Amino acid sequence: MANYLFFESRDVFESNDVQRLCELAIQLRRAGHGVALFLVQNGTLSARAGVAASRLHQAIAAGVHVLADEFALAERGIGTERLAGGVEVAPLGEAVGLLAAGWKAAWH
Amino acid sequence: METLQVISGAYRATYEEQDDTILWLTQAMVAAGARMAVLLRCNAVNYAVRAQQAPALAIGTWQQAHPPAIAADLARIVASGVPVHVVREDAEARGLRAGDLAEGVHLVRQGEVADLVARHGRVWMW
Amino acid sequence: MNDRKTLTFALMDPPYESARTTTAFRLLHAAIAQGHDVNVFAYEGAVALPFARQAPHANATHGRSAEEERHPVPREWVDALAAMAREKGTAFDWVNCGLCVDERGVGEAVACARRGSPADFWKMAEASHNTLVIGTR
Repeated sequence: MANYLFFESRDVFESNDVQRLCELAIQLRRAGHGVALFLVQNGTLSARAGVAASRLHQAIAAGVHVLADEFALAERGIGTERLAGGVEVAPLGEAVGLLAAGWKAAWH
Repeated sequence: METLQVISGAYRATYEEQDDTILWLTQAMVAAGARMAVLLRCNAVNYAVRAQQAPALAIGTWQQAHPPAIAADLARIVASGVPVHVVREDAEARGLRAGDLAEGVHLVRQGEVADLVARHGRVWMW
Repeated sequence: MNDRKTLTFALMDPPYESARTTTAFRLLHAAIAQGHDVNVFAYEGAVALPFARQAPHANATHGRSAEEERHPVPREWVDALAAMAREKGTAFDWVNCGLCVDERGVGEAVACARRGSPADFWKMAEASHNTLVIGTR
């Protein structure tokens, strides 16, 4: 089993492909792999509670570790109290830690 | 003739520019005497969020002196008399509430955008 | 340091066009801060990031002179990462795709950036613990 780190820089409103990446993350997780989805840039717009179009909750329910860049959240005025349940606020350095630990990484 | 600046994309290179380029352009042209209005739609509705607070960048030994201050830029635009409209459906779809938005911005329904467009002599969709 | 790893990043966006540039530089910063050796392969528009003739400007809209504004220029970010790596005692290697440089006329780069080719990227990836490609969208 491997570990996968996906950077999601886009949001569900601008790109339908975001849902595809969520599906891939869920599929890999269900196959037994470790999967982290790190939301950066406008990807964090999907993390606000009440975003109906987001499939993040499905990814979280499947066991995907969903993190959101604290820097991008602050830039967009998304406070921790407004995040969808299960989304973890993280510094970008945490992603570097996963890279250094050998997680297979891809940027979207 | 009044120009409607329609802004859809958001946070594109705002750190390198220390600004949103179209909000900046709008301010520069208004300062030169232009009559303008702004319509924020799609992800750009988030520019109306009061709580935006971009941290200063630190890259290696370099430290940013002035991070982007989009909320302040928008407040300045509103204060200068430029009407700023925000598409309500786009804000709601992104989980925004009316209380999240800056004072002085006008929420418009998607169905009212055509009228807004028709009322302006020029429409620049960025 | 046992945890010291070599990480390679491929960048593709030109300066002032995408938030990806900022995030990429933040990743590079975090990697060096954590004590890792860092390679960068700049491809297509990203070869202009270390272009030496970038010039900061004033901002009349914000009422600031050039000195007060301290407008970001990515060549300073590249230099600042190299300086940080020197301080940390880690390696920092920035390779610009030479053909991409030539077609854009941005051969005049800051001293820490060197000219190379896709073969360098392959070699860097082979010698690295991990590689992250940040492509243009």
